[in-house]
Amino acid sequence: MSAPDDDVLLRLDGVVKHFPIRTGVFAGRSAGQVHAVDGVDLTVRRGETLGLVGETGCGKSTLARCITRLHDLTSGTVLFDGVDISRLSRRQLIPYRREMQMIFQDPFGSLNPHRRVGSIIGDPFAIHGIADGLLRRQRVRELMEKVGLNPEHYNRFPAEFSGGQRQRIGVARALALRPKLIVCDEPVSALDVSIQAQIINLLAELQDEFGLTYLFIAHDLSVVRHVSDRVAVMYLGKVVEVAPAEELFERPRHPYTVALLSAASVADPDVADRRERILLAGDVPSPVNPPSGCRFHPRCPKAQSRCEVEAPELVARVADTDDHPTACHFPVEPTDDLARAAVVPMRRATLFPGEQQRQ
Amino acid sequence: MSALPVELVRAEPPETPRAGEIGRDIEGRSPLRLAWARLRHDRVAIASTVTIAMLVLVAVGAPLIAHLVGHGPYTQYRLTGLTRDGLPVGPSGRFLLGTDNLGRDLFVRIVYGARVSLLVGVGSTLIAITAGVVIGVAAGYLGGVVDTFLARFMDVVLSFPFLLVAIAIVSVVGPSLTVSVLVIAFFSWATVGRIIRGQTLSIREREYIEAARSLGAGDLRIMVVDVLPNLEAPIIVYTTLLIPTAIVFESTLSFLGLGVVPPTPTWGSLLADSLQYYQVAWWYVLFPGLALLITTLAFNLLGDSVRDALDPRTERVFATRAGRRRWRAS
Amino acid sequence: MARFVIRRLLFGVLVLWLISLVVFGLFFVAPHDPARTIAGRLATPVTVALVRHRLGLDLPVPQQYGHFVARLVHGDLGYSYYNTEPVRSLILSRLPVTLSLTLGGAVIWLALGVGVGVTAARRPRSAVDRGATLFVLTGLSMPTFLVGLLLLYFLFFRLHLAGVDAFPGGGYVPFTQSPAQWVEHLVLPWLTIAFVSAATYTRLTRASLLEVLGEDYIRTARAKGISERRVVYRHGLRSALTPLVTQLGVDVGSLLGGAIVTENVFGLPGLGQLAVQSVTTQDLPVIVGVVLLAAFFIVVANIVVDLLYVVLDARVRLD
Repeated sequence: MSAPDDDVLLRLDGVVKHFPIRTGVFAGRSAGQVHAVDGVDLTVRRGETLGLVGETGCGKSTLARCITRLHDLTSGTVLFDGVDISRLSRRQLIPYRREMQMIFQDPFGSLNPHRRVGSIIGDPFAIHGIADGLLRRQRVRELMEKVGLNPEHYNRFPAEFSGGQRQRIGVARALALRPKLIVCDEPVSALDVSIQAQIINLLAELQDEFGLTYLFIAHDLSVVRHVSDRVAVMYLGKVVEVAPAEELFERPRHPYTVALLSAASVADPDVADRRERILLAGDVPSPVNPPSGCRFHPRCPKAQSRCEVEAPELVARVADTDDHPTACHFPVEPTDDLARAAVVPMRRATLFPGEQQRQ
Repeated sequence: MSALPVELVRAEPPETPRAGEIGRDIEGRSPLRLAWARLRHDRVAIASTVTIAMLVLVAVGAPLIAHLVGHGPYTQYRLTGLTRDGLPVGPSGRFLLGTDNLGRDLFVRIVYGARVSLLVGVGSTLIAITAGVVIGVAAGYLGGVVDTFLARFMDVVLSFPFLLVAIAIVSVVGPSLTVSVLVIAFFSWATVGRIIRGQTLSIREREYIEAARSLGAGDLRIMVVDVLPNLEAPIIVYTTLLIPTAIVFESTLSFLGLGVVPPTPTWGSLLADSLQYYQVAWWYVLFPGLALLITTLAFNLLGDSVRDALDPRTERVFATRAGRRRWRAS
Repeated sequence: MARFVIRRLLFGVLVLWLISLVVFGLFFVAPHDPARTIAGRLATPVTVALVRHRLGLDLPVPQQYGHFVARLVHGDLGYSYYNTEPVRSLILSRLPVTLSLTLGGAVIWLALGVGVGVTAARRPRSAVDRGATLFVLTGLSMPTFLVGLLLLYFLFFRLHLAGVDAFPGGGYVPFTQSPAQWVEHLVLPWLTIAFVSAATYTRLTRASLLEVLGEDYIRTARAKGISERRVVYRHGLRSALTPLVTQLGVDVGSLLGGAIVTENVFGLPGLGQLAVQSVTTQDLPVIVGVVLLAAFFIVVANIVVDLLYVVLDARVRLD
């Protein structure tokens, strides 16, 4: 990394998370491990939005939970603002919880249906003993306004809000203590397309206003392309490529990235016709028994014997900048047939009649 | 994030408070509140509640009633209350519901018996519910060793032959009101605990619990603030289920002579005595039996209505036409 | 499968052991000194001490418990304080009565409960269904002894007054002596003990079957032309039975409770009556014996029920 270290807010070093599979009479014996996250190195710089993409089951959500210490790491370190938080106890973690927050995917599941919204948003204040009573209410109302909710709805229950509004509640809750980092675990995947735009806008505004750093996890590539400064691609528990957003989408190097991009839906039928769809052979292997060497080799159109034996390191390849490491022995060259398959245009949303175009 | 491109704008106008709405008290409609609204229009529920209310009034005002009637619950009216052969006297102007084998006013004794039934029924239920919820939530949420231990403990308690062990305990400790309450509570809490534990186990996996943990909330706070409100419904349901069961349990204990000590009248002991006299004193069986039946029935019907109000999808046990006229939630 | 059986057995043993501890503990909570009770009121302190020594009551508690368990394993339940008979023979003499009562009652309870429940489920909202609902209503709201009392009053007394001597008012006739009379004397008790449980099972069966009958695969079966009867019994009932079976395990305990009360009402010389009598006389060894026996039956019944459950529903995981 060429950037100096205090530019880095979050650094992951060899993060590994395995889940044991338990069988046996008294739930003791372990019959293998699920290699959910298998050695991830990642950095997130202050003020940026790092997008994280991958198929379902690639370990993105697990990684998010490892970062926020909702899971304990099997091994590796998580450095937050220079401090190693990977081994801290729950009590020691409490001050760091103020700095690092999470927005969840499910607008229906992430809010307690039996609690009033004001109480939910006020939770962070209550837990950390920041504000009480009247002051807390005031802060909560301010937050509600900030995310675009009506502060008069303080006493309503989550069931009385729409999906988009609930996600705003989630954002308000995450924002309450002015964290430095917000991990967004597929925050818009469960929302209608038009609402997605609103939420993304909201997140962008908040980032500008509060100097937030986002780790934005998603599987919708057009959204990721739009919101991210840099993008990381995950496959089966490992990061296979990292690059600035535009570069990833225009010059992908890892065959898996190319396949992913080719599978993204494209609205314009002419463009869709022109590009080549890459169909990967086989299913995603089980994370219990990942393939040897490069994990992608059984399905990779460019795989050779070396790939089965030696796992590639995540480093910048020939003709790439340091900013664009790829974990592949034989990365995709611009001249490859493969390269033509990847086209993902910018996300376009409709203009509401009468609305002014924003600058 | 990249700077907003021109194309990406709001597809919908944002929420603005409508004129006139500002300042109006916007109270949320909690699931409980909705249930309450449904309940209010349930005829069966109303009837049961009225019955129970009257029962409570009667129980509380027992001394007053005794005074009004002019007979005490322990006074034996040898002359007027017994026939010349020494047998109980039937319902008449003087003794509303007749007398018992010692010439005591049955009506007044039944009224006093209501006190015991309600006290033991409600008291033991409250204790059982509290214990069951605390232990159930702890077991379900904390998991691990704590859960294994507590869950096994609950299983063991549930495996005890209830009445038999109750008999054994009471025989050793001696019968009394407190003992009845504690024994009944002891055999009821595990049922509640098990269910609560099951519910807690599923609640624990919800995302909002994860969210709370990611905010830094401690276990105790999560259990009280996040888990408990979700348990309102089963708690209410089990309270309504447990009260009539406790009343029946108490009457059985009294019937066997293991409940409250005589001469305090309880419906169970009245019925036990009636066993010897039923051939000559039908009122001795009918009226205490009716009192018991009506009380338990009222609680059971109310419980059924409550359960229906909380979750209209569940099939009503006592589905009557009256109960079916429910207010449709708007 | 074997693992599951072993686990259940172990658990059963655990329960029995715990109960034995609890009951044993009762001896020490009891206010009366058993040595004194046995020695008699007029005994001198020396005699009492002698009796105590003979009974091994002056040994340390854990040792006493050890003896207790050792005797238990050999089937020796001690001697009654009341009449110095061996507890075991007391129990054995009364066991047939209670067994006749509970087993017969269980048969009726299940037959009635499931039968009425199924009929009601097949014809929802019909007169049968409403009748069943009434049945459930009363059954769930009445204590067993009240049922017994009412049956006694109406089916014995009033019929008797009317000249019909169909049911005797109590007492027991052994099967070996006269099967007909055995049945005659047990009809009312059987109905009593079965009534409340039957009501529970009616409700459970009805609700469970109704839910199952609404499932898609039942609709498919009907569409295939399978007779309604087969649909209900072969396909529907099979799944509907699982909650019943789970409930069964819990209810064996209440069956024993019902037996105690019923024997009391009808004057049947069974274990229940014995238990109640020993309470008044503070005859702890007898109480202990009865409780242990009951616990044993319940544990066995529960294990059987669990195995049944597994057989019935192949989807149940064994761990």
